[in-house]
Order: sequence, then C-alpha cells, then structure tokens
Amino acid sequence: MTNTLHRYGKEDTQGNDFIVFAMAGKGFNDEGSLEKAKTFLRAAIKYEPINMGNALVNSLYRPEKDLSFIKLYFTGRKEKTTYEELIDEIPAAGSAAVVFDDPERVKNFVADVKALDLGLSVNVSALVDNVRDICGEVDITPHAVEYTLGFHGDTDRLPDRETMSIATMCGHGMVSSHFARKMIDRVKEGRIEPEDAACCMAKFCVCGVFNISKAMMILDTAAKGE
Amino acid sequence: MIINKDKCVGCANCVPVCSVGAIFIGADGLAEINRDTCVECHNCHRSLSPEHLPPALTRLIRRILKSVSLRFQPDPDVCPTDAFAPEDLEWPRIVRRAFSDPMVTHESTGVHGRGTEEVKTNDVSGRIKHGEVGLVVEFGRPGIGTYFRDVEEVTTALAKEKITFEAGNPVTQLMTDKTTGQIREDLLDEKVLSCIVEVTVKLEDTAAILGSLKQMSKTVKTVISIGASTVCDKDGSDPLRDILQNEGFGIGWAKVNLGLGRVANRYVSAGEA
Repeated sequence: MTNTLHRYGKEDTQGNDFIVFAMAGKGFNDEGSLEKAKTFLRAAIKYEPINMGNALVNSLYRPEKDLSFIKLYFTGRKEKTTYEELIDEIPAAGSAAVVFDDPERVKNFVADVKALDLGLSVNVSALVDNVRDICGEVDITPHAVEYTLGFHGDTDRLPDRETMSIATMCGHGMVSSHFARKMIDRVKEGRIEPEDAACCMAKFCVCGVFNISKAMMILDTAAKGE
Repeated sequence: MIINKDKCVGCANCVPVCSVGAIFIGADGLAEINRDTCVECHNCHRSLSPEHLPPALTRLIRRILKSVSLRFQPDPDVCPTDAFAPEDLEWPRIVRRAFSDPMVTHESTGVHGRGTEEVKTNDVSGRIKHGEVGLVVEFGRPGIGTYFRDVEEVTTALAKEKITFEAGNPVTQLMTDKTTGQIREDLLDEKVLSCIVEVTVKLEDTAAILGSLKQMSKTVKTVISIGASTVCDKDGSDPLRDILQNEGFGIGWAKVNLGLGRVANRYVSAGEA
C-alpha cells in the first residue's frame, strides 16, 4: 500500500502531519511480528498519537455496530476507542501506524523505537526535509526514500483543493471526496463543529492514518471563508 | 454490495459516503447501487453505523415530518435501518474487492491494502537496489477508480521501455505476459478503486521513463498518482532527488524507510535473501 504517500495540501498543513508505521516483510521478518507490532504501538501511547491503526481492525475512531435509538439520543455515542483496546484486538500483524501533529513527539517516539530494536521496517511519511531533520537528531541514517510526484492523467476529474486536502488523508480512498465536501459545507453552514466533522470522517479511514488536527485546521480555514 | 430495499428508508446518508459515487436515490425514493460503478470496497457497509430502527416506523416518521415541512436527518455517518448487505462475490467481480477494500489481504502477495510492500520493507527485502529506482504508478487514486483495460493501455506501453515489472505486486500477478504487460482478458472490464503498477528502472533511465509516463498520462482515462523511490547513500542523501528536481517535480512529501528492519525468519529462501 502507498496509503500515506500522496497526501495533498499546502505546506502549512503538511508541516505538522507525521505518520510513523511499522511493518514486517513477507518471508523475511514476519514470524512473530504481531507482538512486535503491538510493542511498537504501545511505545507510542506515552506520546499521545492523534490516531492509530493497523488496517485489520478499525482505527481509534470507528463506527458503532451496536448503535440504537437510546444510545444515539440519550446515553450518547462512543466514537473513539482507547489505545489499549485497539492494540489488544489486533488479530495479525499488518502495518501498525500512528499519527502525530508535533515533530518533537515524533522525534522522541522514533528514538524509543530505535532503542527497542524490534527489527521491523519503520517508515515515516511527512515532508521529507522534516524527516531528515528528525533522523539527524536521533542518529539514524535512512535506508530509502519514496517521493510523491503528484497526480497526473485526467486531473479534471479531481475535486477542489480543500476537499482533496481532506480526502487524500485516507490513501485508500475511504474518506470519499463527496463526503469530505459534505462535511466542509456543514462546517461552513455552522451545522457541525470542525472537531466533530473531523472525528466523523476519521471513522472511515480504517488504517488510522487520518490526521484529525490537519482536518480541523482545513475545516477551520474553510469555515472562515479563507 | 446490496441495499435491502425492505430496510432502506431513503435518507441518502450513504450517497456521499460511497468511494466512487455509485450510490444514488432511485425513482422509488430508495437508495440504489450502480453495479458497474461499484468497486466493492465495502466502505458503506463497514463504516456507516447502523442504528437498527424499524424500517416501517421510520418511514412513517419521515412522512409525518415531511408533511409539516420538517426533515428526518440522522447523523451523517449513520444508516438508520442497517440496509447494507455484502454479497458473495465470484470471479472476476471478487477482484474488485481485493483491490478496493483496504482490509482485504491480496492472495497473490499476502499483503493487505493495495497489496504491495514497495520500498517500505526494502531494508529487509532488498527489492530496490543501489543504482535502481522503483516507480509506483497508482491508477484511479485519489477517489476516481479505474478499469483494468485502462491500466493495460499503460502497462503495454511501459513494457516497451527499459523497465522490469515487480514480481511481488498484485497487478503484475494478473499479467498473462510480463514482457508485454498484457493483463488477463477476463479482468479488463472490472473496475477497482485503485491499483498500483510497480516497475524497477535503472537510475540513469529514470528521467526518460518519467518522460514517457508523462506522455502516457495525457491519454489515460483516469487519474494516476506517481511515486519514485530509491536507496539512500551512506550519508543518508539520495541521488534521485536531483533527477526529479531537474525533471520539474517538486520535492516535498515523501515516505522514508528508516532502515531499522532486520531479517529474522528462521528460513528465508535463496531467492528472497
């Protein structure tokens, strides 16, 4: 999956968007990798990532399959699970991902992961020079880099910039551009708060790489008509 | 995917949620799915929260509210009557789900999502070597979708260039001939949310291949997202960055493999090691 490679946006929203994920190579280091992936995710908890997931279970933000009229209107919804609950229910090692909106936390987390020496492949998706800075600070020489070269082909079919900035945060396309547009419009109309709209959209990104903070920033800007 | 018309109340919450815009409200006022457009990503079924309301009562309430110019409007992520039902998919339609539902693991590669590890595990797999560049061309992303017949137009053109299709990639696995880039004929009319064509090229050929890709993209019937990867030098820099900048590509967002992976399985086949 190239789930985090093509996040569209202006540099002011990209600068605080970091996805750190670990995965095992099939046939190389996948034996026993489930517990290592869980260790990776648990190590992130103290840095309070803004999202987390592994694609085989839903992310921190998730739909409620036992929703009822009573829950919806009286006792309230439970739209977010805890880090520990999520980690405990992971059935197999996929790609374990955490999202941060603060480079300092990324740096400290990466330093911890390096010290843990799990042997999993660890990647950081972000603005490349920010990642290189972090690597320098924690004394890591990166192994490889993959650059996004943008969107090509029949680009007339793509939506507007605001919508793209939100929808491309789920690289698998589960936050549809129509839904992102609907939420932007609702925020602009004052029918939903940016935070509620961001959390609502995050439920659709099963890998847990949707950046709530970035979404709120985009929605806030849109709400002001900027 | 099927919408149970006995349950649907036509609230239209599912319409914008669909990843490819395949859901619409039909003449009967209830939701329908355009089966040709649907890519079987299961987003509607998986991500909408079902409220389990009784359909008949809900329809009655809707009618009453409508009669006094009010509107029944559930939360935007709710299907009030749990109207979606996945269907048993058969070949070739099942391929739609394999390439569109990120929770499904590709049988050919054992990897979920879009089914390829690319450079993300390169520190253990050595898929891309020094002096090589991995190009990933994702068709249909973001949010447009693609038919395999449109993918094949590019893979057959790419096959004439100095490239090697990556064996550990699910699209390569669907090719009948890896030297011509032809894809199985029974899949050409299948639509998926996106799929990744992955090739390896020599560093010195990268600019020429990217130029060819740009030309090919002018006639492609969908959107393509292109990524380029390489192995870093000992000081952490990489020779690809300058090539890309010289070709007019902006350098900004990227994915960096930190090199913390280690081969750990007890047995690794000679071909893989």
